[in-house]
Amino acid sequence: MGNGVFFVAEQRDGALRKVSFELASTARKLADALGVEACGIICGSGVSGLAADLGKYGADKVFVVDNAALEPYTTSAHTQAVATVAKDNGAVILLLAASAQGKDLSARLVGKLATGMASDCTEVRIDGGKLVATRPMYSGKCFGEVVIAGSPQMASLRPNVFTAVESGKAGAVTSVNVAIEPGKVKVLEVVKEASGKVDVTEANVIVSGGRGMKDAAGFAVLEELAGVLGGAVGASRAAVDAGWRAQSDQVGQTGKVVSPNLYIACGISGAIQHLAGMSSSKYIVAVNKDAEAPIFARADYGIVDDLFKVVPALTAECKKLVG
Amino acid sequence: MNIVACVKQVPDTEAQIKVKADGTGIEEGGIKWVMNPYDEYGVEEALKLKEKLGGEVTVVSVGPARAMETIRTALAMGADKGIHIDDAALNNADAFTVASALCAAVKSLSCDVVFCGQRAIDDDSGQVGAILAELLGVPQVTMATKMELADNVAKVTKSIEGAQVVMEVQLPCVITTTKGLNEPRYASLPGIMKAKKKPVDVKTGADFGVSAELKAQVVKVLPPPARPPGKVLKADDTPEGKAAELAKALREEAKVI
Ligand SMILES: Cc1cc2nc3c(=O)[nH]c(=O)nc-3n(C[C@H](O)[C@H](O)[C@H](O)COP(=O)(O)OP(=O)(O)OC[C@H]3O[C@@H](n4cnc5c(N)ncnc54)[C@H](O)[C@@H]3O)c2cc1C
Repeated sequence: MGNGVFFVAEQRDGALRKVSFELASTARKLADALGVEACGIICGSGVSGLAADLGKYGADKVFVVDNAALEPYTTSAHTQAVATVAKDNGAVILLLAASAQGKDLSARLVGKLATGMASDCTEVRIDGGKLVATRPMYSGKCFGEVVIAGSPQMASLRPNVFTAVESGKAGAVTSVNVAIEPGKVKVLEVVKEASGKVDVTEANVIVSGGRGMKDAAGFAVLEELAGVLGGAVGASRAAVDAGWRAQSDQVGQTGKVVSPNLYIACGISGAIQHLAGMSSSKYIVAVNKDAEAPIFARADYGIVDDLFKVVPALTAECKKLVG
Repeated sequence: MNIVACVKQVPDTEAQIKVKADGTGIEEGGIKWVMNPYDEYGVEEALKLKEKLGGEVTVVSVGPARAMETIRTALAMGADKGIHIDDAALNNADAFTVASALCAAVKSLSCDVVFCGQRAIDDDSGQVGAILAELLGVPQVTMATKMELADNVAKVTKSIEGAQVVMEVQLPCVITTTKGLNEPRYASLPGIMKAKKKPVDVKTGADFGVSAELKAQVVKVLPPPARPPGKVLKADDTPEGKAAELAKALREEAKVI
């Protein structure tokens, strides 16, 4: 029965994450190319109300698994729910987010469904009736085109890369009961970071600082600029290892991979391991007093000067423009 | 306590990656090979557990002959023995196949905790640890940044967007490791000498009943898209002038603010 393009919407604390809309619109595109339906899956407790929003971004149908055992998120419970819905409804393609939760869940599902997956994709398309996924490899030093022989064909999508398009249609909502066996992981605590703080993987704008910030206090100028632009503050490994910023802010090979619209690198030399985390940003700006710094080779716009003079001036200019 | 640390040999992070002209893969000549940096955290955590609770650490690697160097590195850090699954048919295998081979190796030992790096920095797939956990039928915690163990229960912390999640997981389990968990030790000179004599079992896929039946296949490898050359902004030759020029460009040209 059925053969839709499925996607797993991600919600936290009863709100859909932005990447869920990116997934919905991408599933829509693939479904249109195949002439099938785009179907969303939402798992959680008390989440039925979220289904309508997915319709707006392209889902024909939304399957809601509402069960107290699905909150807080555990791998085992969500794997059971998604695998059941995908199998029972004939998913030919299954998309998830390459977010912290999506990476955990999608890889477990590959095992459970005994299939293959292209992870952290930056492009997906249909060719000859099959999914073809493009993804960075070797930290973005090259790209691979992947096809999946298993079923469903799975892909996880890098957040912030795919566009969410509002189409204004309401999807049909189906409630599904899945019996969830208890798992062997218990969530003891979810400790939230400063409220209102945008994670670097979800930010449209990132203002990042490196060793050139001199100390933890130096980051104040970046916080201010990020505040004006509605962005997040990132850091190089040098800044994190010096204890100036939290590990969760680190961008790069051993930190996070980010794709904002705008990445402003301040006092960052542009080591290959840093580039590994930010080269899929749409626009890159470098502020560095060393004209020879390798970051300039990757930057769309560069300023060779003292960041402590340039950044406050930039903040003032942006305030004028953004209002 | 029996602990397994899975390791993969990958190009050094500094390596230039050149795509073969026919798009079938990368040129391997001239590459310096190292232990995947995320796997180092797994080996270190395994050694710390062993030091605290006693037991044995086995390193397992799927890879060509050169992967033996990476197994020896882990042995030099302090692991006790190794299993090297060296099989040409598995060289370009997908995550499911590699996890199947690791699963067979792990099952041949009796094991309480399996560590895997959260991803390998060559294919960047980040799937093997979780697939392995599913195939073993044990729980997983991915991207662990903190771990304590008592009475067959591990208390593990991982970071998600904007929060830290603290979990309790029953052993046996698979933990995938990331930066923040620990500071991997360097192999000492005596360690390197000792490693030469530690036992490493070399196996093929067939020994473990695993064949490469690919479910995911990289059909083409491409160089990254070329970026147009950037502009260096010089207005007035003052920081203020340059900042104003930048703000204008971001607003009017790039349209990102
Ligand atoms: C296995 C491995 C993994 C790694 N993972 C990561 C990773 O995930 N992320 C990461 O970032 N790095 C990573 N690194 C480290 C990386 O190699 C570099 O050491 C690091 O990125 C350097 O950080 P930086 O650019 O802040 O510091 P530096 O290279 O020291 O650069 C500082 C820059 O600041 C400039 N500067 C100083 N003062 C000013 C000023 N007043 N105004 C303007 N400019 C100024 C300098 O000209 C210089 O270019 C990794 C390394 C290894 C080996």
